[in-house]
Amino acid sequence: MHESDSIVLHIGASSRLAGRAFLTMVTPPFDFREILRHVYHFGVGSLNLTNITALFTGMVLALQTAYALASFGASLYIGEIVGMALVRELGPVLTALMVGGRVGSGITAELGSMEVTEQVDAIRSMGADPIRKLVAPRIWSVVFSLPLLTILADGMGIFGGMIISVFEEHTTATYYFQHIFRNMAINDFGSGIGKSFFFALIIGVISCYNGLTARGGADGVGRATTNTVYAAAIAILVGDFFLTKLFLSF
Amino acid sequence: MMENVVLFDRVSKAFGAKEVLRGVDLSVGRGETVAILGASGSGKTVSLKLVNGLLRPEAGRIETLGYHVSDLTERELLPLRVKVSYLFQGGALFDSMTVFENIAFPILEHTEPSSEALRSRIAALLGLVRLEGIEALYPSELSGGMRKRVALARALALEPEIILYDEPTTGLDPVTGLAIAELMRELHSSLHVTSIVVTHDIPLVLRVATRVVFLHEGRFVYSGTVKQAATESPEPVRRFFEAGGAHA
Repeated sequence: MHESDSIVLHIGASSRLAGRAFLTMVTPPFDFREILRHVYHFGVGSLNLTNITALFTGMVLALQTAYALASFGASLYIGEIVGMALVRELGPVLTALMVGGRVGSGITAELGSMEVTEQVDAIRSMGADPIRKLVAPRIWSVVFSLPLLTILADGMGIFGGMIISVFEEHTTATYYFQHIFRNMAINDFGSGIGKSFFFALIIGVISCYNGLTARGGADGVGRATTNTVYAAAIAILVGDFFLTKLFLSF
Repeated sequence: MMENVVLFDRVSKAFGAKEVLRGVDLSVGRGETVAILGASGSGKTVSLKLVNGLLRPEAGRIETLGYHVSDLTERELLPLRVKVSYLFQGGALFDSMTVFENIAFPILEHTEPSSEALRSRIAALLGLVRLEGIEALYPSELSGGMRKRVALARALALEPEIILYDEPTTGLDPVTGLAIAELMRELHSSLHVTSIVVTHDIPLVLRVATRVVFLHEGRFVYSGTVKQAATESPEPVRRFFEAGGAHA
């Protein structure tokens, strides 16, 4: 089979899983305890990673922006650029990439090892639905966690920009924040958070699909985990382009 | 005449180009304990997984407890799976759950017992497999034999009509294997369940089976009593018994 055929088959099969999962996610019964357990595990467990990434991205962005604007004598305006870039683009995308790597690979490894040790078959054999028991709560928890992590990451990135603005460019924090909020509309913030919902669905579906289709023991689980990080990163970056086009049209 | 609870009619199953079952017929009567024997990779576990629809055949008809397994969707198979339990080779206990939660899983999936009733039911099931007081332990804290017995307790939780055993004694020392065999025999006599056992363990077969079927090159080439299998069966079956320690 050609690689392109194989990719088409994977996209078809993961779309079928997504369809079944989304239907299950919106029909009762809902396992709130399981969802909350995963929100804690995925969300709280990712806080340090996403916040540190956003903080230093904000600082680097501010440094680079100040350097580039210096030649126009406009380095005091870093607030506008840092704020807009973080809230519309870097906050949601970088947070999704980090969560896709950490949480996505974790979900795939967990479901993959359940698959190869017949635990998924055990669920089926006891008259239960693995989509309802395993997939739906995990996708819900990523959908709840990622937008919240993105909001926090936006805040941390803006805070990082402020540190550079105050200590390197010698402005005041008030000046920096005034410049950010003077130019930012609710749509800018909304488009970033809107993207994070779609990214969460992408991460949830890809990681669950790769986990449930893992075969062949530890080696297969390892390959499935790597595939999740790879596929989620590509899907987030490609999806970001189309989502940006979509949100810019509103 | 004995009622058939499992019926295979010209069932074929393949994985890619590899044909595992080639138009096999099989019938299992209510209350029987049928052992499926055969070399490794001959399709024994595949046959077992076809009984409750965990795998689907490429051709042929499968009927289990009156359900046409091969024609039903995953959702339509749920009521059948309540009546047919499966004991997986490695136990397939949920790593993230305690013994209590593992055994409670099928009960809570299909019934709504009070917490007191659930506790006493699980204690009774653990008593049945002689593992009292381990409710709070995780599967990683159990030995291989204990895991198999907890898995058996979980398989019995919904009072099934049929139990499918996949290599119930593999990886166990002979004493623990014997204990599992005794347990299976007791369950059969006290609960009157129908059992299908996939195994290589001839001493287990001699202890529990009422009938033996032998799978060879994708076909059931022999069906008969354990005594006949050890003495009057065709060459591959007799050799299997001799190699397994049953001397004619």
